[in-house]
Parts: sequence; structure tokens; C-alpha cells
Amino acid sequence: MSEERQIQLEVLRYNPETDLEPRFQTYSVPCVNEWVVLDALNYVKENLDPTLSYRWSCHMAVCGSCGYMINGEPKLGCKAFIHEYGDHIRVEPLAHFPIERDLVTVVEDFITKFSSVKPYLIPKEDKPISAGEFKQTPAQLMKFKQYTLCINCMLCYAACPQYGLVPEFLGPAAISMAHRYNQDSRDGGRDQRQEVIASHEGVWECSFVGACSEVCPKHVDPAGALQQVKVASTIDWYKEHLMPWSKK
Amino acid sequence: MSSKPYIREIPKSSWFFRQPRYMRYMAREVTSFFIGAFTLLLVVGLKRLAQGPDAFQSFLDALRGPLGVLFCLVALVAAIYHSTSWFNVTPQAMPIQRGEEFVPGKLIVGAHYAIWAVVSLIVLIMGI
Repeated sequence: MSEERQIQLEVLRYNPETDLEPRFQTYSVPCVNEWVVLDALNYVKENLDPTLSYRWSCHMAVCGSCGYMINGEPKLGCKAFIHEYGDHIRVEPLAHFPIERDLVTVVEDFITKFSSVKPYLIPKEDKPISAGEFKQTPAQLMKFKQYTLCINCMLCYAACPQYGLVPEFLGPAAISMAHRYNQDSRDGGRDQRQEVIASHEGVWECSFVGACSEVCPKHVDPAGALQQVKVASTIDWYKEHLMPWSKK
Repeated sequence: MSSKPYIREIPKSSWFFRQPRYMRYMAREVTSFFIGAFTLLLVVGLKRLAQGPDAFQSFLDALRGPLGVLFCLVALVAAIYHSTSWFNVTPQAMPIQRGEEFVPGKLIVGAHYAIWAVVSLIVLIMGI
């Protein structure tokens, strides 16, 4: 039998039309232990306060829409089970992003940065469709497979203190995605991406706090990807300066 | 998009108190200070050695004093914390792929500890 308990759900509210700054509002929500925090928010929306704004879609950790700070920790609302918390749960918008309204954040900065690393396959050479597919061995796939699991939920940006302190930082997910394509045997776009990710605002702004990997709901390990980009970029630098005759 | 998004400022000097993981990070960064200080101490030792036997002896005597011993102990603890915190993240920075599998992270970390132990042993033997 499902056990029901009353949860005090404290939610950060902000209405740009009427509020000068955000404020907390507490709702008393009858929760079933199998619920996730997103279910509690949906209960509030449907039964207590239809004005509450928040993003969500799939409810199964695939779409990456329902990232919130739950008791100060970046989490997906659909993966944060009520039974893992006490009777008081505080939900805030993702840290380090401007608040649009209530739990909805402004994500344009992330989208611009993510797009800037050309997160798509740039084939080494053009090939007519009739020549068939680009083939890849399982070992070549394994080299980057974990990075393909990113769902762009932005929890890594909310966890990264460096992004909070230096908003110009390209950030974990964007650089990890660049690394994903750089590691792909079918790809030839590394030089184009290096211009963006090997810059000061790129990977060198990362000080390897490692928080991004700890909060990643898909175990992408962005921190690992960033360190590998640093190693590769350092090798590039030495090759360029000590062996100018060698091609990168 | 609203015309008035609200930006929550990050406290520039106290942000690392927000999360234990940020504190662990700061501990890793701060302990590097002691490694730097100990390296400087070695440089001072070299300088005193160049000044002659008396100067070097007084440097060694100062190191054997309570303050010298205390500093060395603190620097040792800091160096161990700093080194191990880096060793433990090496599998993330240096993954090794063999065919379709990755070498287990514990092996990579273990190799670092093993090399550390061997180098320490060699230094100790040379020092005796």
C-alpha cells in the first residue's frame, strides 16, 4: 500500500509583472511516497495554485526540462523521489540562470553557447548518399558513447560554481558535446570547434571542481570530458610551438 | 521572454560554503599553498647550503625546532590530501580504452598510488 504523507513544499515564486524580487511560498501537499517532486508540483498546479509556472514534459528523465534546485541541489524534478526527503522540500529555479517566472529560467545563454561548438557531425569528406553509410566499429562508438547521453538539462551549469562566477564560461555540457563529436571517428570538424572550446572562456575557465559530473542525471561525466579536452589542447599547443613542421 | 528576468547574484567570497563538494574543492586548492610553501623552504635551504656549512646547520636546526616540525607535519598532511584528491580523479582525465572496454578506474588510481609508494621508497632509501 502506498503511504501518504503531508509535505511542506516551499517554492520560489517570481512574477516579473508584479514582483521586485522572488519570494518563497509554501504549499501543503498530500504526497504518496512513490511520487517525485514533479508530481508534487503538478498537484499544486492542478489543485492549489494554477498560477505556478515550471517547465516539464516527459516525466522520465529523457527530455531534460524539469531541472530545479531541490533542497539546494540541482536535480531533475522527475528523478527526485519524495521518499528521499523529509517533510519539508524547497524547490528553486536552477542556480546561475536568470529567473523568467517562478521556476522557469532564461536559457538563451546556454543555447547560444551550445550551438557555438557546432554540436553536430561535420564529415571529414563529402560522400554521395549512394556511396553508403559512414561505418564505425563498436570500439570507435564506445570512445564517445557516454557523451551522447546528455539531455541538455543544464543541471551541470547550475552545479558549476565557475559558470556562476564567470558567466562567459562556455560551460560543461557545451564542451562535453564538442568533445563527443571530436572523438567521433566519422567527424572532421575538430579544428573548427577548438577555436571555441580551447579559448580562455572555453575549457581553460574550468578548474575541475567536478560538481557537474556529480549532479549529471545521465552519468555523462562532463568534468572528465573537459579534462580530456585540456590534455588534447595542451598537446596541440606543444605541437604548434615545438614541432611547427608537424600537422595537428 | 519577460522584460525583467531576475538575476540572483553569487556571493563572490562565500559561495563555497553553499555545498560540501565546493568545500572539498576549496580544500584541494588551499592545500596546494602548503606544497608551494614547502618548495620555497627547500629553495631557502639550497641558498643556505650555498652560504656555507654554518648557515646550512642553522637552517637545519631551525627546521628541527617545534615550529619547523609543526610546519613540516602540516605541509605533509596537506600534500597527502592534495595528492590523493588528484589521484582519485585521474580516471576521469585519463581514461584508457582497450578495445570496447575501458580499463577500470580503480586500476588507474591504484597505479598512481603504487608509483607514489615506489618513488617514496626510493627517496627514503637514498636519504638513509
